[in-house]
Amino acid sequence: MALSITALANPTRFLGLVDRAVPWLAGLTAVLFAVGLVLTAQSPADYQQGETVKIMYIHVPAAWLSMFTYGLMTVSALGTLVWRHPLADVSAKAAAPIGAAFTFLALVTGSLWGKPMWGTWWVWDARLTSVLVLFIMYLGLIALWRTIEDPSRAARPAAVLILVGSVNLPIIKFSVDWWNTLHQPASVFRMDGPTIDGSMLTPLLVMALAFTLLMLTLHLLAMRNEVLRRRVRAIGLVTAGGAR
Amino acid sequence: MLTDLLGPHAGFIVASYGLTALVIAGLIAWVLVDHGAQKRQLAALESRGVRRRSAARTLDPEGAA
Repeated sequence: MALSITALANPTRFLGLVDRAVPWLAGLTAVLFAVGLVLTAQSPADYQQGETVKIMYIHVPAAWLSMFTYGLMTVSALGTLVWRHPLADVSAKAAAPIGAAFTFLALVTGSLWGKPMWGTWWVWDARLTSVLVLFIMYLGLIALWRTIEDPSRAARPAAVLILVGSVNLPIIKFSVDWWNTLHQPASVFRMDGPTIDGSMLTPLLVMALAFTLLMLTLHLLAMRNEVLRRRVRAIGLVTAGGAR
Repeated sequence: MLTDLLGPHAGFIVASYGLTALVIAGLIAWVLVDHGAQKRQLAALESRGVRRRSAARTLDPEGAA
């Protein structure tokens, strides 16, 4: 029986789905990471960068996931504002710390790659600055959810803020085309196909898939925790109401 | 030894992979510890006989949140 989005509006049904899906997702993620790391170890050195190119296999997936997670939050924000799906705000709130962690990794591994290759840890160019703005957006949203105790009151302002912040996604993607930056232009997702050699593209895509499945697994687990947290809060309110 | 294997910038490569492993381990620990905490709180409240209103209506303690 196919599960529709409407059917998943029931949190109990959603929790059952998470319990069934997570062991498979976690196992597949572990296998993909193992394969990806072996392929990464066997991948050739770059003719200019030498072995330093190995940082690419974690930096690029982390950077993709930083944007993918915000994209997921944007869809969730629409789910809150347009369709009023009960799990949409849960999804957005659960994704924010994960997205922040991947953005942090993209920034720091990029810096660790930049120092030996560019000769600097950081430049205020369009790509790096727009990713830093994304990181600050994540932190701002986490702060918003922590500030407003009632999740139903926090949902709408958070959704609006997420939608405003989503303007940054195309800026990050096309910043290397629109402005002169130290960061290299896209070499995988291009209209004329990838410019990266197959011996490096394969481990990169396997690692990207592993990171994506990791993100989805963590997101489902974090959503489960958030549903439980809201149940605890609901019961706490019943207790408080009964005590009055 | 490490520079023989990974070249003159081995420290940058090892730091990148080490930090990534640390952050991923932190994320996994976060979801697992948080899950344990929520389950304990829920069990403690329900053991005192408190039910959510929706659960009380449906006579299903695991009903819709």
